[in-house]
Amino acid sequence: MKSLEEIDEIRKKVRADLDLRVNENANTQEKHILVCGGTGCTSSKSPVIIENLKRLIKENNITNVKVIQTGCFGLCAKGPIVIVRPEDVFYALVKPEDAEDIINIHIKENKIVERLLCKDIDESVVKKLDELNFYKKQERIALNNCGKIDPENIDEYIAFDGYKALEKCLFELNPDEVIKIVSDSGLRGRGGAGFPTGKKWSFTKMAEGDQKYVVCNADEGDPGAFMDRSILEGTPHSVIEAMMIAGFAVGANKGYIYVRAEYPIAVRRFQIAIDQAKEYGILGKNIWNTGFDFDLEIRLGAGAFVCGEETALLESIEGRRGQPRLKPPFPANSGLWGKPTLINNVETYANIPGIILNGAEWYSNIGTETSKGTKVFALGGNVNNIGLVEVPMGTTLREIVFDIGGGIPNGRKFKAAQTGGPSGGCIPEEHLDTPIDYESLGAIGSMMGSGGLIVMDDSKCMVNLAKFYLEFTVDESCGKCTPCRIGTKRMLEILQKICDGNGEEEDLEKLEKLALNIKKASLCGLGQTAPNPVLSTLKYFREEYLAHIRNKTCPAGECKALAKYHINPDLCKGCGLCKRNCPVGAISGEVKQPHVIDEKKCIKCGACAEKCPFKAISK
Amino acid sequence: MNECKCGNSKENLELKEILKKYEKDKSNLIQILNQVQEKYGYISTEAQKEISEYLGISMAEVYGVITFYSRFTLKPKGKYNIAVCLGTACFVKGSEKVLDKVKEILKIDVGQTTENGLFSIEATRCVGACGLAPVFTVNDEVYGKATPEMVESIIKRIREEENSVAEK
Ligand SMILES: Cc1cc2nc3c(=O)[nH]c(=O)nc-3n(C[C@H](O)[C@H](O)[C@H](O)COP(=O)(O)O)c2cc1C
Ligand code: SF4
Ligand code: SF4
Ligand code: SF4
Ligand code: FES
Ligand code: FES
Repeated sequence: MKSLEEIDEIRKKVRADLDLRVNENANTQEKHILVCGGTGCTSSKSPVIIENLKRLIKENNITNVKVIQTGCFGLCAKGPIVIVRPEDVFYALVKPEDAEDIINIHIKENKIVERLLCKDIDESVVKKLDELNFYKKQERIALNNCGKIDPENIDEYIAFDGYKALEKCLFELNPDEVIKIVSDSGLRGRGGAGFPTGKKWSFTKMAEGDQKYVVCNADEGDPGAFMDRSILEGTPHSVIEAMMIAGFAVGANKGYIYVRAEYPIAVRRFQIAIDQAKEYGILGKNIWNTGFDFDLEIRLGAGAFVCGEETALLESIEGRRGQPRLKPPFPANSGLWGKPTLINNVETYANIPGIILNGAEWYSNIGTETSKGTKVFALGGNVNNIGLVEVPMGTTLREIVFDIGGGIPNGRKFKAAQTGGPSGGCIPEEHLDTPIDYESLGAIGSMMGSGGLIVMDDSKCMVNLAKFYLEFTVDESCGKCTPCRIGTKRMLEILQKICDGNGEEEDLEKLEKLALNIKKASLCGLGQTAPNPVLSTLKYFREEYLAHIRNKTCPAGECKALAKYHINPDLCKGCGLCKRNCPVGAISGEVKQPHVIDEKKCIKCGACAEKCPFKAISK
Repeated sequence: MNECKCGNSKENLELKEILKKYEKDKSNLIQILNQVQEKYGYISTEAQKEISEYLGISMAEVYGVITFYSRFTLKPKGKYNIAVCLGTACFVKGSEKVLDKVKEILKIDVGQTTENGLFSIEATRCVGACGLAPVFTVNDEVYGKATPEMVESIIKRIREEENSVAEK
């Protein structure tokens, strides 16, 4: 148990100790080696780097260097990432054995390990993280602490103004004033739909009920998105603090966070954060003698996309199959166990402490007319700088893909980007200058979504992509209502038929008709948005569908059934490599003579094209 | 792993340990199932029975919840569970080719286990390492920037290791 005064003491003392984290000229002999402990870098062995560093520090009797495990730095493609502070030297693609050089050269000799420095897209060598083009257009609010603090140490969070926003709410503001700040900030839900957060809080506050709940949606079902997980892994206390502020504002004393069980690191760090907050008396009864109680519990999901839908999520917390409920009533009036319940997304919450501390105006000055603040995106797919980016609303897709993302690798061309995951749509080149905000993305047939942003190059077939998303929704449909359960299956069958080369032109109209029906008649957002990937690809890449149907070809060469492998006799040197690698013996030819493929035997595995050293085989 | 679990086998006692941590509240069902799945790699009929008795709900309800959530399985997985990520970021980078290769080598489909119980295949959605896409995992080990050749050599290595253990 810590009093407010004690917490303030910790804040002052630890903040002074951590000056080197944010100040290159910090007056200290100490050094901190920050190692990324996000899921990406952990998968490429960053925990072993930490072990090795710690062992070497001990063996060398070094006393002024600490090793800190942080959350994601953002540039996951260059992970594992190690940063030495205060001098702010940034090492990329670090291997466990590189710990030796970091200690021997950097720490002991005070020299930079040149070979571990990061190369930017233009091949220039970069010493500091923020010198990278990747960071130049970013603005970190929700991710502010990610990569700066040790998420498993509450003191570090407190040092950087942690729990100060809660203190402000409990001592200086009443619930209505808190809600007013959130409303005035213009913050809208980051879970996808973009509902004004202040309004939702106010509905929940006004709802009648002896018991109310605050829920955090950390289900993050969009496959290929990792914003919410990274926030939980990198700065779990931000979410706890925000949920408490929400509880104070709406009159709830109990919170639940619904996290996917597939996120073990996030779950573990969040539990540690809860335990530490309880130990400090920040969570619990009569917090800081204000009479405000708040208790928080983790509930694990178990791999069902539909449970990200708020009413399905409530069903799941109650221990049942996660099938959506009819709305209205909305959760604000009848949520968990029929009580008024506030549900917000992780990133929505992560913005709250900053808004309370810096004021509504500070936040609403960032972004566009209708969409305020920043948005975190998980940038992935065929783009150089795969990672986590946070940009002011209004940034264009082109800036994200090309300036921040560093463009498309392997000399290929940009074809489309998908936002909103399986509920969203693809965005072609001609709309790359669209500013990111809720309305603009909606107007071009996509949506903001929760932040998945997948880039595709010209080797990707858009029909196949639509099929991929439909497979996902067919798999994940909860089956409660027919249009979604049966309708998406029908759509998938048609897409399969087209990809197999058996499509007819009427199929496109059938797809469109089915799509509109499903959108109109489905009970929940899953069904209502499931046809979007098909509709948007049909809108922007109709010729590609037609090529599959009329010419029985897949222009991108992805649809296996339509691929025709062919050896160009002018390029073929007759080395025989393809022949040896063909699993079905479809290739014949004499040494040093052009080889040929027997189309009837070929099973289109692509092995020959991959193996040919002279790129003589095309499809 | 599959022998009869009459009375107080070890497994049964462990299950009781898990149950003890939770109040007899229906809303704890999914939490308990997650723990059982984690511990045993599947949820046996015996475990379902125990859980339904403990929480005072029908077997049908327990079964209904298990089958709804993809994380829960009714059959044990292989000693080596190969899970290929089919999240969008991995899909776009060609993870399907990796999956096809695994299926081809092991001659089983997604969700199945080889006859000798050594391998099973799973298709997952985003393991959170999209920066390394395409990604697959073998049990807890993550392999990034995966290629069909890579899984092939890993499966080969595991088979060799298992064979040499068997010979000893
Ligand atoms: C099929 C479906 C999946 C969803 N998945 C998520 C999700 O993973 N995370 C999330 O925060 N919201 C998700 N939502 C949106 C939630 O229903 C809800 O609007 C959101 O959690 C509200 O929080 P916000 O206002 O802070 O955005 C999903 C909605 C639908 C229809
Ligand atoms: S739209 Fe689909 S996911 Fe939603 S309730 Fe209906 S069947 Fe279930
Ligand atoms: S695509 Fe495969 S089957 Fe066809 S010729 Fe090439 S290697 Fe042989
Ligand atoms: S691998 Fe290429 S160059 Fe060699 S025989 Fe085959 S097509 Fe010709
Ligand atoms: S996980 Fe390490 S930089 Fe993203
Ligand atoms: S999509 Fe495969 S790891 Fe994220």
